[in-house]
Amino acid sequence: MVSLNHYLVLSGILFSIGTAGVFLRRNLITILLSIEIMLNAVNLTFVAVGRYLGTVDGQIITFFVMTVAAAEAAVGLALVIALFRHRETLSPDAFTLLKW
Amino acid sequence: MPAFINPTILAHLVLIFVVMNLLVLSSAFMVWMERKVCAYIQDRVGPNRVGYEGALQPFADVLKLLFKEELRPKAADAFLFAIAPILSTVAALTAFSVVPFGTETTLFGLLSEPLRLEVTDVNVAVLVIFAITSMGVYGIVLAGWSSNSKYSLLGGLRSSAQMISYELSYGLSLAAVVMLAGSLSLREIVMNQSGYWFHVIPKWYIFLQPIGFFIYLTAGVAETNRAPFDFPEAEQELVAGYHTEYSSMSFGLFFLAEYVNMVTVSAVATSLFLGGWLGPLLPDWLGWVWFMIKVLAILFFYVWMRWTLPRYRYDQLMEFGWKWLLPAAVLNLIATAALVIWLG
Amino acid sequence: MDLNTIGFFVFGAIAVLASLGVIGQRNPMHSVMLLIVSFGALAGLYILLDAPFSAVTQIIIYAGAIMVLFLFVVMLLNAHTEADALPQVIGPRGMQIGAVLSVLLAGEVVWGLSRLGLTWFGNDPATIANISSVSRIGIAIFTTHAFAFEVTSILILVSMVGAVVIARREH
Repeated sequence: MVSLNHYLVLSGILFSIGTAGVFLRRNLITILLSIEIMLNAVNLTFVAVGRYLGTVDGQIITFFVMTVAAAEAAVGLALVIALFRHRETLSPDAFTLLKW
Repeated sequence: MPAFINPTILAHLVLIFVVMNLLVLSSAFMVWMERKVCAYIQDRVGPNRVGYEGALQPFADVLKLLFKEELRPKAADAFLFAIAPILSTVAALTAFSVVPFGTETTLFGLLSEPLRLEVTDVNVAVLVIFAITSMGVYGIVLAGWSSNSKYSLLGGLRSSAQMISYELSYGLSLAAVVMLAGSLSLREIVMNQSGYWFHVIPKWYIFLQPIGFFIYLTAGVAETNRAPFDFPEAEQELVAGYHTEYSSMSFGLFFLAEYVNMVTVSAVATSLFLGGWLGPLLPDWLGWVWFMIKVLAILFFYVWMRWTLPRYRYDQLMEFGWKWLLPAAVLNLIATAALVIWLG
Repeated sequence: MDLNTIGFFVFGAIAVLASLGVIGQRNPMHSVMLLIVSFGALAGLYILLDAPFSAVTQIIIYAGAIMVLFLFVVMLLNAHTEADALPQVIGPRGMQIGAVLSVLLAGEVVWGLSRLGLTWFGNDPATIANISSVSRIGIAIFTTHAFAFEVTSILILVSMVGAVVIARREH
């Protein structure tokens, strides 16, 4: 039998995988992908707890989180494209100085 | 007997087997129909050697394809190159799984409970079709990219950009029908179209939503990359677009996926706008015959359009999708909403 | 061993393995594809949680739209030929500390949840029908949460305009 705790544990594991990706990868696109993993883990928590409480609010918040994630991915990728045009590299370490 | 060999589960498994096989066979049938109709439009005869009136021609084609060598460019990304046609085919075949093609039947009393003629029916069926259609973009994008060749990349990018542009109008026309029917389940949408006005005109949604039908079909033709929206595959422009580097059965799989996508778009159009399996003369349990007739009519229209209309240029295609079809779909949605509120 | 349990463990394992693949793969194109697999597994989990609408919107929005955007950017920037640069600011020692901290985060969540008793889901069919009905979700979004809905649409508009302006070529 699966309880709410199982889903929360899975969500915690996915969230820490996303966090590890943001810390450890030196590629801007992979960092953005790891942020998406974290957002998904949070969505899973919302839906699981919504199921437990018997309301649809969990799914509604998920809907809004997905929309915000889309907006954030669009702007983030536009920034990556603009940065890539200046330095021809996708490593975040190349952008440590404030002046071009 | 073990629990899983009860007749209902067996009937379901047989139904799934029959549906999937019929989809693949319908793709073969489409190959034949396309070549024959194209021939008659062009005032010639078409395949007439293999079988009666060339009916076995598709099987001859498949055999020829099977015997060809499977090539792969050396610089291609092997895994993605191999998986792209599989993605296309799986998405195409799965999208049909929520389309109902008949009423419940008990197979003349063999089954204890009635079996619905569909693979499954979820209460979000319309969204499932939309979701799986948008997954079909990946097969094309990956094929274009992993072939590591200019023509493939350009063809893949153009094709996928076209598909995602027309997905919006596709979804909005679906939303208008859902508003009329009040449900996302295809079976319920078809059942809402039963009955007649004035005992003569069937209550199909095409009469309530003529613009919606036009938008849906146009977006469907653009989604399946068929003429007049097939610029990315046009032989004169891009060699063969995203499937330039594919040979033998991988190429065959892309073709299968394209034809099965056409069948799915036609089947969904039938269910949403043309009343599904409902029809005047036949008894209820023969509803699937009406379904097949309607789907064949739309498929004939597809083929007819391909061989009659000239091709859109790519920028004309994108302009049409964004500047004309999308506002039309939005206006259609608003008008349908007003209609539904006004008529209660 | 009913379908719910098997489904949970299968989809959960796929999601975790695919996410590990996303952060482990060298080639960003493969990372994107593995993330799509992970999204598919999560959609399966949503269906097990009686949330078919969330599952389908997950596929439509995440796997069908956002990932296509990522794919286009990876292809545009030719990012598949980029190898990961060596960490310069934090150094290899910093990377190891980061890895350890992430594992500690996961461990802390698991430990914290194991201290509580198991919380079982209710199985009342009326509640389940309430949750999985799309019309309920629609009513709630457009009445109770209408403000958030409108603000989200303005947010999307802002991000669209912003993305076009930021990624534009300077002339």
